Amino acid sequence: MSTATSAVNGNVSSATARAAASAAATAEATGPQPVTMAKALNTAMADAMHADKSVLVFGEDVGMLGGVFRITDGLTKTFGEQRCFDTPLAESGIVGMAVGMAMNGMRPVVEMQFDAFAYPAFQQIVSHVAKMHNRTKGALKLPMVIRVPYAGGIGGVEHHCDSSESYYAHTAGLKVYAPATVADAYRMLREAIDSDDPVMFMEPKKLYWSKDMVDLEALRDQHAANTAAGTSTEGRAAVARPGTDATLIAYGPSVPTALAAAAAAAEEGRSLEVIDVRSIVPFDDETVCASVRKTGRAVVIAEAHGFASVSSEIVARVQERCFHHLAAPIRRVTGFDVPYPAPKLEHYYLPGVDRILDAVDDLQWED
Amino acid sequence: MTISADHAAPGQTAQGRQSPDHIEEPRNEGPVAEAVRKFGITAEDYMLPARHQIQMVDQDGNLKPHSEQGAEPGHEYPLPGDEELLAAYEQLVVGRRVNDQNSALVRQGRMAVYPSSHGQEACQVAAALCLSEGDWLFPTYRDSVAVMTRGVDPVQTMTLFRGDWHSGYDPAKHKVGIQCTPLTTQLLHAVGVAHAAKLRGEDTVVLAMCGDGATSEGDFHEALNFAAVFHLPVVFFVQNNQYAISVPLAHQSVAPSLAHKAVGYGMAGERVDGNDVVALLAVLDRAVKLAREGSGPLLVEAHTYRMQAHTNADDATRYRQDSEVAQWVARDPLTRMRTYLTDKGLLDDDGESRIAEKAEAVATQLRNGLSDDVPVDPQDLFKYVFSTPTPQLKEQSALLADELARDASAGASTNPESAK
Repeated sequence: MSTATSAVNGNVSSATARAAASAAATAEATGPQPVTMAKALNTAMADAMHADKSVLVFGEDVGMLGGVFRITDGLTKTFGEQRCFDTPLAESGIVGMAVGMAMNGMRPVVEMQFDAFAYPAFQQIVSHVAKMHNRTKGALKLPMVIRVPYAGGIGGVEHHCDSSESYYAHTAGLKVYAPATVADAYRMLREAIDSDDPVMFMEPKKLYWSKDMVDLEALRDQHAANTAAGTSTEGRAAVARPGTDATLIAYGPSVPTALAAAAAAAEEGRSLEVIDVRSIVPFDDETVCASVRKTGRAVVIAEAHGFASVSSEIVARVQERCFHHLAAPIRRVTGFDVPYPAPKLEHYYLPGVDRILDAVDDLQWED
Repeated sequence: MTISADHAAPGQTAQGRQSPDHIEEPRNEGPVAEAVRKFGITAEDYMLPARHQIQMVDQDGNLKPHSEQGAEPGHEYPLPGDEELLAAYEQLVVGRRVNDQNSALVRQGRMAVYPSSHGQEACQVAAALCLSEGDWLFPTYRDSVAVMTRGVDPVQTMTLFRGDWHSGYDPAKHKVGIQCTPLTTQLLHAVGVAHAAKLRGEDTVVLAMCGDGATSEGDFHEALNFAAVFHLPVVFFVQNNQYAISVPLAHQSVAPSLAHKAVGYGMAGERVDGNDVVALLAVLDRAVKLAREGSGPLLVEAHTYRMQAHTNADDATRYRQDSEVAQWVARDPLTRMRTYLTDKGLLDDDGESRIAEKAEAVATQLRNGLSDDVPVDPQDLFKYVFSTPTPQLKEQSALLADELARDASAGASTNPESAK
């Protein structure tokens, strides 16, 4: 049984949580429960709205419907139409209005219905959300969260499956988070809402209905304790599975795939460490590089196109910092540089266990 | 065509006919419905601009008879008080001096660029003076005079154009948004500020400025629609100065007027002579009052003219005739106001010289402030990207500091003067 712990503050990783959960599930139905990522995100928003009246949620269909993915389910009912409401169907309007609200004392959390529907808001995001703090030398903070259901794996038609994180990560002034586990979804959304800086919150939509054994009550208490103590795991990567032979670096929807690849490799006698990046911006060089220095080999896994992407950046950073520890060139397993494929073709496109294991096999083990 | 009762629009009978004297209620109980009740006119008559633009003082400085001012039922504008008009004139003179001083500073190389509002000062001044202390103003890059009229320090206002930072004043302190360059993006920020204030139950009004060309932008549409749907107290103020850099209005829109666009959003629109500060104050004061009372948002289009090129980098002779510009010299907002106030006995030579002195003092402040070679701190590059710099930014900041330290010590070793 795994005894993995994250690099930071002793937070348990998903592997440990799952291990603990399976033990707990046989005992009383208290403590950890099977919780979906959707429920964790929903609870995070509800808790933040309870904790702070300035937290508002708005977007398209987020009110009575609860969002097309039901992530905002019940928020209008609980908090009223003034705090969780539908807007006209206009993404630039949603983000631009959120900018003004954040300028004037609110903490808006807005939903872009799908990754590729966020592009009309791109000018607001790049020219204002990212720059207002810098432009005004800190006089104006924009504490706002832009939630983006993103990436593929759900058989969605065109414009519903883009991995758009690299656009945002390339823009100075935006934090970019991509949770992969249910517990992180809660933790990181609370941290994003608390952040005085704007956060692009990339939600892997194929994981919305994934379940982990999670104690939401304990996470809520932990968040309160972290807030009181001024400590947080914000911006830190986690060791999702410890290993010794090579490091798989992944984030968001690619983390479960990397974990599956590591499990398969273990059966073949190869010990792979999986790093869950969690926060793309800021990037946790320390945790990532500590792992690569230890294993000497690395594969970066991401659904997005590889060219000029977050995965390219990770390879460049690790190479610059760990060159003398590397036994082989760093490999990448990413989406091909093609427009996101139609549903029947997407399994050829997405990084899968076999492609990851092939890349691991190529890491010059014989040299 | 048969229209079933289920689908009959409000105000229509099941037969799809409308009774002639029926005052049509808007679809939503909202600001327009309230105004319709208040003024006893139809929703269309409230939302559509009056048939003629509102003009109170003609280009020769004569007060027009009330019947010729363009007012109609529901579009009535009382003459602003003497004190307000004198204050406006003072700001007009200061604004003109600021515009001409800044253009001179650009020619002298002391500022990178200055988009002048020469000729549009009446709009600039009225946009700021119609607001109360707790209200917000959202200006564009051409609205420096409005920003200063709102009370922002002139030199801080010019920081953007001097080039040592992107903005020089604290928007929250002055309740003035940053001078925005991407067209109409700031209108949505205005909507957000108004929305936040409304949710807290504050009576803040927000005035958001843009130009005629900007009305083609998507954010113009989104901002007006959001403001209308959420019943927000925003006054959208379009300075129609006839040109978007080189492109005349006819290439932007074939709407009857820009103010007519209001009805499409379910808000009221009005046209006003943008070189008549009296009419501008009357129209904007009323718009702000209506917005504060819950009858907003509103759209006001001011008809004015950009007397100078877009910026110093532009050559206006390539796209317009001098004769066209000359026509607008006769409509200058300052000269007509001076004539009007002098004829009314509100302005004499002493008053004129006092105002001229004040304008000169601001010009001096600008000359001194902008001639000072303000040292820029390269570390500012990293300080404000986030509330707390990321580890990556700390690394880059250290890299630059090291580079500068090495440059300095290299300079010190090769230049004995600097080692002293």
